[in-house]
Formats: sequence, structure tokens, C-alpha cells
Amino acid sequence: MDNIGVYAARVAPKFDGLAPGHRACIGCGEALAVRIAMKAMGPNIIIANATGCMEVISSQLPATGWDVPWIHTLFENNSAVASGIESALKVLERKGKVPARGTKVVAMGGDGATSDIGFQALSGALERGHDFLYLMFDNEAYMNTGIQRSSATPWGASTTTSPAGKKSIGQKTQKKNMAAIVAAHEIPYVATACPSYPFDMMEKVKKGLAVNGPAFINVFSVCPTGWRSAVDLSVRLGRLAVQTGVFPLYEVVNGKYKITVEPSPMRPVQDYLKLQGRFRHLSENDVKEIQERTIHEYNMLKARTTC
Amino acid sequence: MGKRVGIEVSLAIAEAAKMADVDVIAAYPITPQTHIVEHMAEIVANGDLDAEYIPVESEHSAMSACLGSSATGARTFTATAGQGLELMHEVLYVASAMRLPIVMAVANRALSSPLNVWGDQSDLMAVRDVGWIQIICENGQEAFDHTICSFRIAEDNRVLLPVMVHCDGFYLTHVVEPIEFPTQEEVTNFIPKFKYPLPLDTSKPVSMGCFAPTFIYTEAKKAQEVNILNSKKIIQEHWDAFGKAFGRYYHPVESYRTEGAKTLLLTLGSFGETAMTAVDKMRDEGKSVGLLKLRLWRPFPYQELRKAVGNAENLIVVDRALSFGGCGGPAYSEVRSALYSEKNHPKVVGFVAGLGGRDITVTEFENMVKRAPQIANTGAENEYEMFGVRE
Repeated sequence: MDNIGVYAARVAPKFDGLAPGHRACIGCGEALAVRIAMKAMGPNIIIANATGCMEVISSQLPATGWDVPWIHTLFENNSAVASGIESALKVLERKGKVPARGTKVVAMGGDGATSDIGFQALSGALERGHDFLYLMFDNEAYMNTGIQRSSATPWGASTTTSPAGKKSIGQKTQKKNMAAIVAAHEIPYVATACPSYPFDMMEKVKKGLAVNGPAFINVFSVCPTGWRSAVDLSVRLGRLAVQTGVFPLYEVVNGKYKITVEPSPMRPVQDYLKLQGRFRHLSENDVKEIQERTIHEYNMLKARTTC
Repeated sequence: MGKRVGIEVSLAIAEAAKMADVDVIAAYPITPQTHIVEHMAEIVANGDLDAEYIPVESEHSAMSACLGSSATGARTFTATAGQGLELMHEVLYVASAMRLPIVMAVANRALSSPLNVWGDQSDLMAVRDVGWIQIICENGQEAFDHTICSFRIAEDNRVLLPVMVHCDGFYLTHVVEPIEFPTQEEVTNFIPKFKYPLPLDTSKPVSMGCFAPTFIYTEAKKAQEVNILNSKKIIQEHWDAFGKAFGRYYHPVESYRTEGAKTLLLTLGSFGETAMTAVDKMRDEGKSVGLLKLRLWRPFPYQELRKAVGNAENLIVVDRALSFGGCGGPAYSEVRSALYSEKNHPKVVGFVAGLGGRDITVTEFENMVKRAPQIANTGAENEYEMFGVRE
């Protein structure tokens, strides 16, 4: 399967829920991720989209890029909107007011919408056990408003509100571990994914959609505009994030952890960091610190898979 | 024929939503709305209504879940009060702009700080511009009737707007009143089946809540304004139908003993009942006083108000909310503005009274009538006063 890339396009489902012609930046990892997710999900879904890049690039009046029922209302409430849609479908089907078509509900939002402003609504929807899939497109900052830091921004990254300077390393905090936090809700399915591994991602999206109850996938979405990286490197950066252990690909099925793509041998984090302007200011020592932490966290994750 | 039942008004509101056969209720508890949502939960738990009850984690999510539910084509109900209504604030704009016919009971309450859970209309006035149809109830029967009737108004394809049914917290929500209950059959006949024109449906995909740049935003807002203004005559149409079906007729502005009155009081909500007693007393004493009650707050009933004011010389508007550093009470400033273009408009005086659940008695309404001419003739920059402040 060394040449899977050659055949991939033929193997993937033809369905494209997000039409061509959207307004995303060149090399947008999120647009790629959404396309791959749509292929896995098919047309029998209703999407509740949070405010953010994806909403803005796909729905500018009078046009729309969506071939499935799609609703956007506000920034922080897509989980609650999805709760309402799911409940409505349930009762309307039960009362015979709409035919039972097995339609699934999907909420999508960026890392800001999910891990910051919409965190409470997400936790509420997970705790209530709504049957929906949440896709968090994680480009590690508020890209739509101009690259401001979020709780998903990694340590040391320079953003417009965590700029690197004489007295600052850039982002001073570690990336919030959303998958672990979501897994603590004891929902049936949690995963991390990256469009650079399209088949791994499609498999996870299908699984997430199939379970009865909430599912959550943290989708690593490379952002050349915000990361100050070359536009033709998005897929490679996604692979490097996985191969360096910076963003491990795993799933948590009914509480059981499993790594789905083993980064072995693990590459040095510098291979990933050096291609991005947001890390340009880091010293050798800083990179060493990131390296140590990455290995430590990977080992912690590995330990979870064996218990 | 229905029956007359002694029931707490909150429970009656929940019973009304049940009789309307709502599909989804999304709610978060807050005093003094709690009895409404508790009873709703009880009704669903007992299987007396086939509905989904979403016990959300905040009012922001309550209204957000309502958006999703209504957009999917489910008849949707919720209730809130005070801080809860404020937490929903931005979501309220979305509900009206996206033409989602949600019905919400509001148990009107004071706003923090300091914390106060009692009756007050500060929450109501803070959401006056959100694009919802807003009806203010005076007693339990109205709260029940308007909850039922509002589904018919909201879901009319010519309207398709969310409706708030305002009831003063505690003054209405927590009292037991005799309420006429129609039969289920009568209610079922009165409210047509809900069929949202373009719901979220995989057999006919639509995009809702798209992004509007400057070239189209103004036009979208104009369409929304025309829509709510046009709803006024349709609201009256449904109120007339309600009157025909159930024998109780409602109007945007109600008049009580206004014939030839030189001075008129104007109230919103539960103040009206006390003010009626005060007017009776003053009329008995030979004073020329009448009462106007504003039932429809949005869309604002300009014509009806002007007509009802007639040739009165003094108009006293009693607000249960304050616009800080602004024009006194919000209703006062709107009423005054509505009458400005009239040739012979009355002197309009405002009182802000009954904040945070302070009782306003018959005597106090009499005192307002006595006090009003003094304020009206001072030439002060703003002819209003906070009433009954202890100094």
C-alpha cells in the first residue's frame, strides 16, 4: 500500500457535501478536513455550525456551499442548537410528523467555539447524552478574527494576542486537552483525527456517527495563514504533527484508549516546528522543552491504552 | 364546554402549553419561572404530553436549543425570567431574524445587582428591541389565553415570529386564580397543525443563518421590520378568532372607564388590576380619572394608543422599570414619543414604581394622580419621578 495516495481519490466516496468554490484561504486544512468528513458522513445529516472560518467561507449570501441541511446561529451555541435538532427529530418521528429516515445530527466548530466560548454548551449536550457527532476543527487559534490565541494554542506559539516579544515566549500555557476532557464525560466515542490521514479520519467519522449517543472528534486542521507556513505544506504539516507525537491519532471507544497511527520511529519535534513562522522565535532550549513534554505526554497517552 | 379551575397561574401556563401539544421544551430553572418548567417536566414525565424536555445547562442554551428545535419543525416552548432573559439576549435576536415561531412565557423579574428575584419589568424592557412579538398579561386568565393564542399567531405563515408572553413574577406566577379552561378539542381546533415552510430536512436541504455582508444586511433588516409591523393586524385577527371561540376578546390597548376622563393612568401588566380599583374609587369620589392598559408592547400599537388617549388632558404612565440616565421609564418615553405628533396631546407624566417587587397599592395610584400635575408644570427636563422612594 505504499502508493495508496494514487488510488485514494477513487476509493473515497464521491459525495461532496461542501460544494467547490468556497472562500477559504489557499492551503486551508479545515476545508480539506470538512470535505473528508462530509464524504464519510454522506447526505443524511443535519449540520449545526458555529460562527467561524467555516461558516463565513461557505455561506455568504446569496450563495451557499452546503448540499445538506445546515444551520448557523451564533458562536458558542452549536452544541445546544444540535441538542434542539436532535430532540425535535426524535419527537417528530415518534409522533409520525416526519418520516424516520435515520438522519444524524452533526455539530461543527473551531477550537475557539469548542474549547473556549462554547465549552459549557458542549459539556451540557454531552452530559445529556444527545445522539450527535461533534467535529472540532482545531487550527489552534481564533483564525477567523485574525489569529488570536485560544486555549487550544500550543505553548510557545506566537499569535496576535500572545505575541512573542522581549518578555514573552508567545503562548504561555499548554494546549487544552479537549479529547481527554470530553472523554471524562464517559461518552461512547472520542477520537483525534487529521485530514493528512484521510482514511483514518473517515473511519473515525463513520464510527462517531454510528454510535448511539454523543461522539466527539478533535480534527487537527493546519492553517497556513495563522501558522505562517507555506500553503503547499498543509498536508505534510499534518503528517509531521502526527509523526513527531505533537498530535497523536487515537480513539477512545467506550472509555478504552487505542492509538490508531503509531508514530514510530518518532521524529524530532523540530521537523514540525521549523516549517512554521509562529514558532520561529523559539530558542534551542525552548524546542528541547517542547520535545520533552511531547514525549512525556505521548507516554501518558500510551499508558492509558494499556490499562 | 370547558371548566373553571382554581389553579396557580404558573401551572396554568404549563397546562396551556400542554394543550397546545408542544413537541419540544428546552428550559433552565430560574425564580419566579420555576413552577412553569417544573410542571412542564411533570406533565412530560407522567406521559400526559408526548414531548422532548431538554433540561439545558443555561438559558443561553435553552433558547439555542429552541432555535434548533423550531428550525427542524417542532412546536417549541420555553419559559424564563430576569437574569435568564438577559443571558438569552443575543439568541433572542436570532430567533426573530430567522423567523422561528417559538413561544416563551416570561415571569418578569428585577435585574441584578443587587440580587432581587421579585416582580419587576426591567427584564422585559431590556429585550424590547429583539424583534419578538411581546404581549403583556394582566391576570392569570390572560396568561393562559395568550399562551394558547400565541402559538397560532407565531406559526401563521404571514407572521412566523417568536412571541413572548409576559407575566409579572410572583404577582401573577405564584397566585392561585380561577381560570376558565377550554376543552382539549376546542384548543386543538383553534391551533392549526404546525408546518414550518422550510425546515431542516434531508429530503430538501436548506442553509439557514447565512452570513450577510453589507450589501444585503440592511435589506434583510428592512424585511424583518416590515414583517413585524404587518403582524399587528394579524395578531388582532387571531385575537378576534380567540374571542369568537372562547368568549374573551383582547386588544392591543384596553380602556377602563375612560369616558370623558381628564386624567388617564396607563399601566402594563398586573398593575392594571390595582389601578382599576383605584379608578373606581376616584370615579366614586367624582374625579375624572380613567385607565389605559397596554397589552401589545411589540409591535407597538401607535394608532390604537392615540385613539384610546383621545382628548385627555393628563396621561400618567406607570413603569415598573427604569432607563438609567435616560428618559425615565421606557414605556413612558415610548408613549410620549407616540403622542408627540398629535395636535392636542395630553401632558405626559411618568412614574417609575414597584421596582424589585415593591407593592403599589390603590392609595399610591391615587397619590400619583394627585402628584402628576405638580410634575407636569415644573418644566423639568424630564417629567418623571421615581415613586415611593424612602429617603
